[in-house]
Amino acid sequence: MANGILVVVTPSRGALSPSSYELLGAGKVLADALKQPLLAAVIGGNAAALAGDIAARGASKVLVVEHPSLKDFTEESYARAAAAAAAKADASRVILPSTIAGRALAARLAVLLKAGLATDVTEILADGKVRRGYYGGNLIAEVEFKSPVAVLTVAAMTFPRAEPAGAAAPVEAVSFDPGASVSEFVSFQGEESREIDLGAAEKVVAGGAGLGSADGFKPLFDLAHALGAAVGASRRAVDSGWIPYKHQVGLTGRTVRPKLYVAVGISGQIQHLAGMAASGTIVAINSDKDCPLMQMASIAVVGEYSELLPLITAEIKARKGHAVPA
Amino acid sequence: MALNIIVCVKSTPSTVNVGVDADGKPKIAGVPVALNPFDEFAVEAAVRLKESVPGSTATALTVGPDAAAEILREAIARGADAGVHVTGAEFEGGDSYATSLALSAALKKLHAEKPVSIVIFGKNTSDAGAGVVGTQTAAWLDWASVSAVKKLEAVDETSATVLRQMEDGVDTVKLKLPACVSTIKEINEPRLPSLKGKMASKKAVFPRWTAAELGLQPAQAGAAGAGAVVVKAALPPARPAGLKVEGATAAEKAAKLVDILVERKLI
Ligand SMILES: Cc1cc2nc3c(=O)[nH]c(=O)nc-3n(C[C@H](O)[C@H](O)[C@H](O)COP(=O)(O)OP(=O)(O)OC[C@H]3O[C@@H](n4cnc5c(N)ncnc54)[C@H](O)[C@@H]3O)c2cc1C
Repeated sequence: MANGILVVVTPSRGALSPSSYELLGAGKVLADALKQPLLAAVIGGNAAALAGDIAARGASKVLVVEHPSLKDFTEESYARAAAAAAAKADASRVILPSTIAGRALAARLAVLLKAGLATDVTEILADGKVRRGYYGGNLIAEVEFKSPVAVLTVAAMTFPRAEPAGAAAPVEAVSFDPGASVSEFVSFQGEESREIDLGAAEKVVAGGAGLGSADGFKPLFDLAHALGAAVGASRRAVDSGWIPYKHQVGLTGRTVRPKLYVAVGISGQIQHLAGMAASGTIVAINSDKDCPLMQMASIAVVGEYSELLPLITAEIKARKGHAVPA
Repeated sequence: MALNIIVCVKSTPSTVNVGVDADGKPKIAGVPVALNPFDEFAVEAAVRLKESVPGSTATALTVGPDAAAEILREAIARGADAGVHVTGAEFEGGDSYATSLALSAALKKLHAEKPVSIVIFGKNTSDAGAGVVGTQTAAWLDWASVSAVKKLEAVDETSATVLRQMEDGVDTVKLKLPACVSTIKEINEPRLPSLKGKMASKKAVFPRWTAAELGLQPAQAGAAGAGAVVVKAALPPARPAGLKVEGATAAEKAAKLVDILVERKLI
């Protein structure tokens, strides 16, 4: 009988992201719940070089699947590599991130392992069941796995990031045969941006139709920079061409779960709420005190955004200025 | 050479604003079904691809109850040529694992009749919303797969070059065909159903395939074949009552808001 919780870390462009540590945090919760050992696997073209960082964070062993064919993400090769690690670990549960790569990898891996799959997990219960939002976040499903092995992807910003603690775990290489490849990574075109990625942001400032134009987003970006926040948007703002689609939050956009979500000039239609209702503190800034977002917000500020945003930004900058030691 | 394009579609409740019934299940009885919103983009991608290569066909494929035939009609109204309906009580209650197995069995049958070039999926469904069925289907078939496709750059009879929208930029990936691609909204702007399409959709007749006809055992289909089951649905926890920031002037409100955020250690 399989006995082990395996966290699979897939570096992006050869580097670890802080969300990797959240996987270990989730793995610890599940390992405690099921009373099974926690292991980690690092997959990539330079996995061995990254294993040390992971090994210091609570796993009992770190498996490394390193191969030139794993330098860039393709679904088939990564799934085979993860399956090799899962077999080596004798894993009953495999945990991945809910990123684009993590989700695709989990999907393919679940079939290879004949495993049930739950994505976007936000809670792990004491009996090993998990919770996830569905119906656009309107409902929460409690999911039970019927298969002996299960694969889950965990929502970003949900589980604690495992800190370095204690002695480093042993690191072991797993042999991997890439086999014939059916897909080939050709190239990557990075998006030039100083912006913080929405999905992993601790703070998000989002703008809607109330901003009135692309120019209306200028004071919003200023506020986001002052806060160190990522920028989100409603579909109406995106459809109006004021900001690219990648910023869209909601049913047909990204799902976010930051500690702080500031919604400016967004009315809060159900499709928008689907993408952000699980956020920690929700601040709404809107001229209409009765709109749904103002009603559900943790903190509601009634007013004209063009007046309020520059004042809030200035206020934050002033306080940060004072905080700098002389 | 002509392409044999398949587009996988699902009938989903026309609204996701649903509650929970007394049995702890989503209250969807009586809610009309509609083509899953993201599948509109998949259908449009299939139709555009077919239009770009003379002699090609686009076939819509669904696993679902009787009512799902309407979704195949919708795909035809939007330009697909034909539809295939995988159906039967045995498919009820399937998760992504069981559903992708059913789709893969249907694709195997279609592929045996006439080699499949490419299978196109939407980003995710509006109800379950996992966004994994396209990739799982490919895995069952041992075909190539790619998710988050924002552009089909080039497709010929043996390969497809596609653009994948990642969190930090765009990857170009070349796939050996047949392959399964899961698209995102950025791939196109779906056209509305045409009059000609609507006429064709009314007359369309769809083959109905059961689990037995696809060579699936009862234990492999629907709830019996699921690896993960929803044992209970609940409403999200209510949020605590909110705070209204009052002030005589905008400056006063701004200062108060920042006070609260500092106090809550959010700044
Ligand atoms: C299938 C489907 C999927 C969808 N997916 C999404 C999705 O992913 N994300 C999404 O966001 N929407 C989505 N929508 C659209 C959604 O229904 C709403 O239309 C959209 O969210 C509204 O955007 P908004 O709040 O910016 O605009 P509005 O509803 O027009 O709200 C504008 C708000 O700005 C306020 N305002 C106006 N002027 C000012 C001012 N000067 N200062 C301050 N406040 C001001 C107004 O009081 C109002 O509350 C979807 C819809 C459908 C049918």
